[in-house]
Amino acid sequence: MLDVILFTFIAIIKISIVFGLLLLTIAYLIWIERKVMAHMQVRLGPMRVGWHGLLQPLADGIKLLFKEDIVPYKASKVLFIMAPVIAIVPALMSFAVIPFGNKITISGYSIDMVITDINIGILFILAVTSVGVYGIILAGWSSSNKYSLLGGLRSSAQMISYELSIGLSLIGVLMITQSLSLVDIVNAQSKWWFVLFQPIGFMVYAISAVAEVNRCPFDLPEAESELVAGYHTEYSSMKFSLFFMAEYANILTVSAIAVTFFFGGWRGPFLPPVIWFLIKMFLCIFFFVWIRSTYPRFRYDQLMNFGWKFLLPVALANIIVTGLVIVLIG
Amino acid sequence: MIPLTWYLILSGALFTIGATGVLIRRNALVILMCIELMLNAVNLAFVTFSRHHDSMDGQIFVFFIMTVAAAEAAVGLAIIVAVFKNKATVNVDKINLMKW
Amino acid sequence: MLESLLFIIMGLIVITCAIGVVFQKNPIYSAVFLIQTMVSLAVLYILLHAQFVAAVQVMVYAGAVMVLFVFVIMLLNVQRADQELGKDRLIFQKVSAIFLGLLLFAVIGIVTVRSVLQGTKGEYTPEHMNEIGNTQLVGKLLFTDYVFPFEIASILLFAAIIGAIILAKKELKE
Repeated sequence: MLDVILFTFIAIIKISIVFGLLLLTIAYLIWIERKVMAHMQVRLGPMRVGWHGLLQPLADGIKLLFKEDIVPYKASKVLFIMAPVIAIVPALMSFAVIPFGNKITISGYSIDMVITDINIGILFILAVTSVGVYGIILAGWSSSNKYSLLGGLRSSAQMISYELSIGLSLIGVLMITQSLSLVDIVNAQSKWWFVLFQPIGFMVYAISAVAEVNRCPFDLPEAESELVAGYHTEYSSMKFSLFFMAEYANILTVSAIAVTFFFGGWRGPFLPPVIWFLIKMFLCIFFFVWIRSTYPRFRYDQLMNFGWKFLLPVALANIIVTGLVIVLIG
Repeated sequence: MIPLTWYLILSGALFTIGATGVLIRRNALVILMCIELMLNAVNLAFVTFSRHHDSMDGQIFVFFIMTVAAAEAAVGLAIIVAVFKNKATVNVDKINLMKW
Repeated sequence: MLESLLFIIMGLIVITCAIGVVFQKNPIYSAVFLIQTMVSLAVLYILLHAQFVAAVQVMVYAGAVMVLFVFVIMLLNVQRADQELGKDRLIFQKVSAIFLGLLLFAVIGIVTVRSVLQGTKGEYTPEHMNEIGNTQLVGKLLFTDYVFPFEIASILLFAAIIGAIILAKKELKE
């Protein structure tokens, strides 16, 4: 009985720590993005609120919280309110299976640095994130605004197309480790990072991850010049910020998966595991921002052609080659 | 531990609701959705039996049913879109040209 | 105890949402209810120690098939163009359908309650399955014992893709 209580207690603590840090990171991700982009464009970025704008996320949050919450007259109300929730819950849920570090022992009780290690880890993440698409489609549809609808359709079509490439690009790693559990995948990388064995898989993953989270150069769903703001045109106040948070939570998720699958997870010398994990993850995020401030936007047909006619065949070929090599080496 | 019979009854209820939906609704899209509902009920029964018999065959069959459901949805929706282009309706009562 | 509670909650959600699918006027609400039904069924699959099926249920049904449905509903914008007729074409259609449905449920219920689950036990008990891993087992069986149906399924999917494209394609000459 004591064991059960202790287990529940530790689980709740782990969940609240991860959840709290996640929300904090999302807030500061926006600050990081603004700062990095500003310096790349020889600007200063936010400077007024706090030292170098460090309190800017807080100010933005308070501002959004106190804005008027508008529900359009012709919107279908229930779905309009539900859509942001559907968008953000899956985005936050996928962090439940990502390992942040090795086991630590506190007074004789060893604790895994992962909320739960399930045997279908990566399938869980893929399944959960595939539900997140509905937030976007339903938001676009329920606003009864043509820009929203077009943005929602574009965005969901893009997410579905690139989800396939993401899944297929990860299969190479799964074939090497023969396990779907993310803890096992990190443990298998104690010697070599999988990015060395799976360079093509990583390339495909990186490109489709950028497309999956609707970031530049694949940010057609919110192409300002064509669609106002895409699926969240009609949203204001906290609902808008939920979409914003969901987007950044998805960036964190794909970065965390990239680190776990291709860059050895929390493994690294000298520093504590959690620090290594965070360093790698923020390097990935920096990469995202770097791409955004470098490349122009794709055209929609180019995007679809690229996804279906180039990325998907390459991912399939990668699987075949990986299988062949595994069979030949034994 | 819930007796496995309960799962079967739940599956039966789900199947019944799906079948009733096919009879009641006139919207072709909703009829297709009700068919999906029935297929899901069958999946639940398969997994329950697989658990009861401690065998994997039921779960493998679920995999195949999902394949069939995906194919059925794709083709069925394509047919509905094609019909909608011609008749501007998805009401199955109005799509009755084959009757005469 | 926890398992029973979870079963009851999920069972109630499944039934409520399934009824919602049938009785919602607007097809998009039906679709949302159907998505909820499928996600709740995935939880039941996990209770039955079928983790792979649960993940695939969410990924394929909720993540792919239903997206297709929602897309088509939006594309056709049915809610305005095609409000369902208030009265039935056939007399007593709804009443008799519900009656027949209840009858069917009664038959299924009686058969399941009166017949005892029996038959030989296989080798894959939950403990044995956890040792190998559910996903690994499904994969192994799919590529050994079930490789022929597996290939046929792939041909079926291929045919469905081609069929869907040809049916939904725009007419080029016009």
